[in-house]
Amino acid sequence: MATKSSVYGLMAEFEDPNALVAATHRAYFEGYRRMDAYSPYPIEELAEALGDHENRLPLIVLIGGLLGGIGGYALQYWVAAIAYPVNVGGRPFHSWPAFIPITFECTILAASLAAVLGMLALNGLPTPYHAVFNVPRFALASRNRFFLVIESADPKFALEPTRRFLETLSPREVTTVAD
Amino acid sequence: MADDLAPIEDPNRAVVGTAAPPVIAPGHTFGTVTDKISSIVLSRSIPPEWWIGFLIAFLLTNLLLLSVTYLFVKGIGIWGVDIPVGWGFAIVNFVWWIGIGHAGTLISAILLLLKQTWRTSINRFAEAMTLFAVACAGLFPILHLGRPWLAYWLFPYPNTMTIWPQFRSPLMWDVFAVSTYATVSLLFWFVGLIPDLATLRDRSQSRVGRVIYGMLAMGWRGSARHWHRYETAYLLLAGLATPLVVSVHTVVSFDFAIAIVPGWHTTIFPPYFVAGAIYSGFAMVLTLAIPIRAVYGLEDFITLRHLQNMAKILLVTGLMVGYGYTTEAFISWYSVDKFERFMTWNRMTGPYATVYWSLIFCNVLFPQILWFRRVRSNVPLLFVIALVVNVGMWLERFVIVVTSLHRDFDTSSWGNYAPTFWDWSTFIGTIGLFLALLFLFLRFLPMISIAEMRAILPAAKIDEELE
Repeated sequence: MATKSSVYGLMAEFEDPNALVAATHRAYFEGYRRMDAYSPYPIEELAEALGDHENRLPLIVLIGGLLGGIGGYALQYWVAAIAYPVNVGGRPFHSWPAFIPITFECTILAASLAAVLGMLALNGLPTPYHAVFNVPRFALASRNRFFLVIESADPKFALEPTRRFLETLSPREVTTVAD
Repeated sequence: MADDLAPIEDPNRAVVGTAAPPVIAPGHTFGTVTDKISSIVLSRSIPPEWWIGFLIAFLLTNLLLLSVTYLFVKGIGIWGVDIPVGWGFAIVNFVWWIGIGHAGTLISAILLLLKQTWRTSINRFAEAMTLFAVACAGLFPILHLGRPWLAYWLFPYPNTMTIWPQFRSPLMWDVFAVSTYATVSLLFWFVGLIPDLATLRDRSQSRVGRVIYGMLAMGWRGSARHWHRYETAYLLLAGLATPLVVSVHTVVSFDFAIAIVPGWHTTIFPPYFVAGAIYSGFAMVLTLAIPIRAVYGLEDFITLRHLQNMAKILLVTGLMVGYGYTTEAFISWYSVDKFERFMTWNRMTGPYATVYWSLIFCNVLFPQILWFRRVRSNVPLLFVIALVVNVGMWLERFVIVVTSLHRDFDTSSWGNYAPTFWDWSTFIGTIGLFLALLFLFLRFLPMISIAEMRAILPAAKIDEELE
């Protein structure tokens, strides 16, 4: 029998999204916290069922956008007024209306990069290896099956009781995920 | 009740009370949607149409290579440009391609924010089309530089010459707008692809496929926590791309509008350019979608509903563009400025009058048949209309660039412009490059977002008591 340390967790497979959402709710209600649900398309209710409310991404994007905007404007000001001032018909060096388009583009560029890189970083991607991939049927998580994994790192996790609990959720099958 | 308020919510059903066809043909499941779209990429058999199309596109790409090589050897004297018309085909083609590149982001971002679920079947390849069109567009200003190997001088970087770009110039704004647009479009496209790359990784039969798709998918596993952030990122990108897409063609129009040349110096340009960009972009999406859905048998996913909706957008943006032409003519008369009046009169009756009236026919008159539902439901006719609009929008840019420049304030500096063989070969070559990239995309990446298609299936709905 597998010991707790060699087991990443237990994986229950479901055939429809409602069963997964219901199962996740039940597992959360039972007190499991170190768990994750996997689906082939985004299901808003799943993140809620997992108790995943925190999302720092909007703040990261805001900061990225602000830095991009300030940086873009500062670059133009420094170039046009300090480093390389060109007198065009006596117009002011700090000709701010002409700097707006590039400031805008820099804001969008930095905010978009922050959104993508921030999303990847918070999700811990790229992750070439993950224990869930050890289960052959998990390949269907990107097709039409829905999975709930309770990790062995959860304080409430115990191989047999947790397996019995997952069996009560009427999954297609429950698999042990090797670490 | 729900059917009346939000008929698009249930994509399996046609809109109640109208003749609109469904967004996805009935009977599809998560599995069938996945298999149908991914099998196009993963199957070993390639339709003969693909080979023929790719071969033609590849030959034309070589024509581009040849033209560019000759250009590098001889300089832009091989083109028809001269003084006063220094902005010939290069700028016409640049604006045309960049305009085509607007539909992808419009479909992806703006229609996403407006919750138009029908966009799902067409957004992926419209985004790909955007990237390839922007790539073609980006070539032209660089080739037109005369010394294209110094193109990096356009970017502000510390250099030993201690000179810096002129940020007050719309041409610099263009550099930033177009490069930002290319980058953000690429990010948006790639983020949308990640879950589908994971699907391909999991379904690929070959080791090479598993490794390449696996690396690109970056270990995506469909975790609910990941999806949560992913959805936020995607929505924020859409929100950022929306003002961006409007800004890009606005900035392109500034290239003209900031100058004092009659025919360019007008405040209608930014909105009229943006409308024209959307118009030509949707025309190109239709031009591509109609043959693609026929060859790959995707009528279940790209249904008549999509074609009809795009036809309606064509009609609306075509009217906006028509309004732009009318305003241009009216203002030049109303200004009582003799140069403005002459410019308009010269456009309508001068040496390029044929081009002007062809553009009016292609962009304003002919598309009016889209008012009839029978026309919007007639797929071959829609294809013809889309092609005509593509041509019309190219003629529009020709009129703007050439007719404005060739007769300016001083009669002694008047001239004419005629494209040379190398003008045409470079232009046709970029069409080849565009199509070649598109064919490769169709072969190696899923042309429809599989994850988003699953999400709009009726089975994807979560029962309300679970929420």
